[in-house]
Amino acid sequence: MPAPTPETQGFWDGANAGELRLQRCDSCGKNYFPPRPFCPVCASRKVSWFKASGKAVLWSYVIHHRPVPGFKPPYAIAVVQLAEGPRMMTNIVACEQTPEALQLDMELEVVFEKQNDTITLPFFRPAKG
Amino acid sequence: MRGNAVTVVGAAETTKLGVIPDLSQIGLHADAALNAMADCGLRPKDIDGIATAGETPVQLAHYLGITPTWVDGTSVGGCSFMIHVRHAAAAIEAGLAKTILITHGESGKSRIGSIPRPVPPSSLNGQFEQPFGPMGPPSMFTIPVLRYMKTYGVTEEQIAQVCVVQREWAAKNPRATFKTPITTEDVLSSRMIAWPFRLLMCCLVTDGGGALILTSAERAKDFKTKPVYILGTGESVETPMVSQMEDFTSSRAFRVAGPTAFQQAGINVNNVDHLMIYDAFAHLPIYGLEDLGFLPRGEAAAFIAARNTAPGGILPLNTNGGGLSYMHSGMYGMYALQESVRQMRGTAAAQVPNARISVCHGVGGMFAASGTIIFSNQEP
Repeated sequence: MPAPTPETQGFWDGANAGELRLQRCDSCGKNYFPPRPFCPVCASRKVSWFKASGKAVLWSYVIHHRPVPGFKPPYAIAVVQLAEGPRMMTNIVACEQTPEALQLDMELEVVFEKQNDTITLPFFRPAKG
Repeated sequence: MRGNAVTVVGAAETTKLGVIPDLSQIGLHADAALNAMADCGLRPKDIDGIATAGETPVQLAHYLGITPTWVDGTSVGGCSFMIHVRHAAAAIEAGLAKTILITHGESGKSRIGSIPRPVPPSSLNGQFEQPFGPMGPPSMFTIPVLRYMKTYGVTEEQIAQVCVVQREWAAKNPRATFKTPITTEDVLSSRMIAWPFRLLMCCLVTDGGGALILTSAERAKDFKTKPVYILGTGESVETPMVSQMEDFTSSRAFRVAGPTAFQQAGINVNNVDHLMIYDAFAHLPIYGLEDLGFLPRGEAAAFIAARNTAPGGILPLNTNGGGLSYMHSGMYGMYALQESVRQMRGTAAAQVPNARISVCHGVGGMFAASGTIIFSNQEP
């Protein structure tokens, strides 16, 4: 399970509240991830958290066939392209874990699944409608 | 050309490769180092600079009995040794050391004396990648490839061809782990690891090591070995997280390290007689050929499938059989360097006739890092 740090706590607080939180540079306007208390483009320390839409497209993935504790193979390890720009790793849920069902650029939406008292993970499922 | 060229005067791998149950990780470093010193007639007291990864330079200096004036512990994965060569060449040119030993040893298969490398759960990888079930390079290094395949219309069959061609090179090499010829069908019917990657598209896991000894071109004339000149070098890093690569169809670290080396060497891709591209997985020669400028984006898979890099082809690539068939201890870069040196010395098992320039390109930490070395057997 992730061990949040002071710089990333805002993301995990958001996930626990059912929000996908990204950061935006107040100086140059860049949206970015993973979290850090400064802009990775212009180095400004003036940055803010914001609630992302949760909309994404499937950018790339593998379907893992080997055993990993806590996972039931085969399962996709995916990277999604968020509507706001950044990419993030995730799993695709509510979907067959097959090449046929998992098409690149398919539209996805975030769902949250509580793991324990402190950690909720963001997963993505095929967008409805 | 450069005034203070640096050369490789000593080069050797461990006495054995494959499964070596009687040596620990540091023992493999030492076996390779002793072989490289014997190759060029040196003893530990003659070495004044050391660079290594996996083990620390402190461990190595103590174990071998070396008193260095220069050390480098750059450890960025399998291309660390390319970066050591670059740093060592600069150190020799700057007068920080005269004779530098670079070592690698890894008990990748037997796991004797190995040092675990867990992902800390507080790291960015630990927080934002590990929770989603990756287990090491086969499930991480491969993630960008579907995007590459969709962008350029590349097929699984074409990726499998990389493995088939490299096995042809391995068949010529008595020290290669796998020498039996394989077909595209063999690759595509091998066990699924992480779709679209199957077992034969993934590197071996073996034990072994290698070492290099560098000195100035001027001093190299005193050695019995044929000097191999370092014409150009490059290095870079991008991101520890595969999910955060700028472009899933290309490596930024490759695109920095490669051209930096070519520019320093004052050559272009048409001057290259022999090429090594670190192939932990079958897609890496494809990315490497494009990012180093040998081919336009999207054309490398078809180039390999058309046998241009196979024995008899116009661009001999991974002539030892590569990480896919020769050996792969975990940090394979040293073995790519050894094959480039053998090709420049004229002693390779699958020797490329009249080869004068060899490019050796490494990747590290999956797509995190890169180093490129350009060698020649002609004095610059």
